[in-house]
Amino acid sequence: MDELIEILEEIQPDVDYKTCHNLIDGHYLDSLSILSLVAELEDAFDITIPTVEIIPANFNSAEDIWTMIVRLQEED
Amino acid sequence: MQSYCSLIYLGIFLPAVMLVYSLMPQKHRRKVLLLASYVFFWLVSGKLLVYLLMSTLSIHHFGLWMASIINEKKSVLAQAEKSEKKEIKARYQRQLRGVVTFAVLLHVGVLVVLKYSAFLGTNFNLLLSALKAPFSIPIPTFLLPIGISFYTMQALSYLFDVYRETIKADRNLERLALYMSFFPQIMEGPICRYSQTAMQLWECQKITYSNMTMGMQRILMGVMKKMVIADRLNILIKVVFSGYDKYDGSVMLIAMVCYTCQLYMDFSGAMDVVIGTGEIFGIKMPENFRQPFFSRTISEFWTRWHISLGAWFRDYVFYPLSMSKPLKNLTIASRKHLGNHFGPLVSGSIALFTVWLFNGLWHGSGWQYIFFGMYHFVLILLGSIVEPFVKKGTEKLHINRGGWPYKGMQIFRTVCLVNIGELFFRANGLSAGIAMFKNMVTNFTFASFRDNSFYKLGMDRYDVIITIVAVAIVLFVSIQNERGISVRKSLAQKNVVVRWAVIYALIFFIIIYGAYGAGYVPLDPIYANF
Repeated sequence: MDELIEILEEIQPDVDYKTCHNLIDGHYLDSLSILSLVAELEDAFDITIPTVEIIPANFNSAEDIWTMIVRLQEED
Repeated sequence: MQSYCSLIYLGIFLPAVMLVYSLMPQKHRRKVLLLASYVFFWLVSGKLLVYLLMSTLSIHHFGLWMASIINEKKSVLAQAEKSEKKEIKARYQRQLRGVVTFAVLLHVGVLVVLKYSAFLGTNFNLLLSALKAPFSIPIPTFLLPIGISFYTMQALSYLFDVYRETIKADRNLERLALYMSFFPQIMEGPICRYSQTAMQLWECQKITYSNMTMGMQRILMGVMKKMVIADRLNILIKVVFSGYDKYDGSVMLIAMVCYTCQLYMDFSGAMDVVIGTGEIFGIKMPENFRQPFFSRTISEFWTRWHISLGAWFRDYVFYPLSMSKPLKNLTIASRKHLGNHFGPLVSGSIALFTVWLFNGLWHGSGWQYIFFGMYHFVLILLGSIVEPFVKKGTEKLHINRGGWPYKGMQIFRTVCLVNIGELFFRANGLSAGIAMFKNMVTNFTFASFRDNSFYKLGMDRYDVIITIVAVAIVLFVSIQNERGISVRKSLAQKNVVVRWAVIYALIFFIIIYGAYGAGYVPLDPIYANF
């Protein structure tokens, strides 16, 4: 989780990722930030994130992103 | 039936459907909705209804075809060894891709032929003439079913969702037909996903007092936006945009702002009527607007304006393209050389370009629409490129980016940029748009106000005051919504006298100040023609 927060802070530093639960709906992460994030996550956690996973429910908070990462690691 | 704000729709069609729907037992209500939807489509498009029927039959067939492949894949995978699974998945994936590609080409092909033949033919002939070819091709013209751009997007989203296995293909043709044709949304959207509305439509809830009053309130607000504001601005906009060379820059500026206002009031007003109609039948449709003029960037604007279209392009074009293998590899390679911010921008910009080319063309077949798309592509890309520099600059200058002065400046800048885009969007061709913009910048005087000639362009002082009051009402509601306060919910909690007083005030405001009758030209729904 700490590694994920580090990645998020590198991409968009002005957000408190421990408390923010509307990263997408609140426009903290736009489409281009998501591209950076997906590339970073795939690299850092050795996963493949398919297009169908790119939905607000998977990216609205650090916890949501972490849940998705764990799920994709298990599926692999 | 020209629009959802017409007397025929609101005074005859909708009440008749509500009455028949209420009298029917639940199991027959869906038939009432489907029949009403086809009657509505027939009233606006006549025999072109056949295109909608063909589209519905087509997605039903292709959906079931994909479902049979998916089911076969699952049963084969269940019996396969672990080492074989990857190859089996890839084999069935190829089959699915073949089916979905064929289906998409069919639907997009029909849209292209009907909507873009004349544009493509004209430009091809221009090319032939530039090459001094001794011949030209005949330019075909077709009648366009109203709402084809909207229901085609719905059909494609259904096909993509079945292909991605995020929904199951629907065997029930009646349910799929209702999803495709539901009468309030067929003309101007919102572009709904199957998962958003199909099951709700199928449930056919009873019309309750609460749903009916909430729906009516929403409809009234929409009618006010359309009849008091959008229709009132119509003559001025028509006069200035068709004779732009006769006026000075200040008139251009006002016409540009008025058009942006008209487009918003017309489209968001129609959405209020559409979503309000849905509410009456207990159907919650996705919102298409979320206070777009409070956006701080163009990128944010497009997540608040025509939300369902932006979301469609994001989910079915932008992400699939930018996450495709070649672009993903490009992202990884460019990140190594350009860093974490600019690296993904390379592949992102290719996907963005495609999205905005399609977005522009979706709005119409003309170079001004392509320009409109490219204008927003460039602005969004520039916004992303300069963001790190702006951030550094504001930090050095100790400017608080979260403070209201900075936010206000960003909102003002975004509103200005949106207005300029809409000027080109509305202009009668790209060259007219360029001439109008040039006129606005180089010939800016207030001569038309000094000699009062402005008030002879279709809006007298009375019209100006009414428009300002009505816009102020919409602005008040928008500010409250932006603050997270729902005016409609607050009103619902008031006592019955206050509630009905507000509703009657709105009804009388529309009746007294609506721009109808002699001296006004009602505006045809702008988005219905896309």
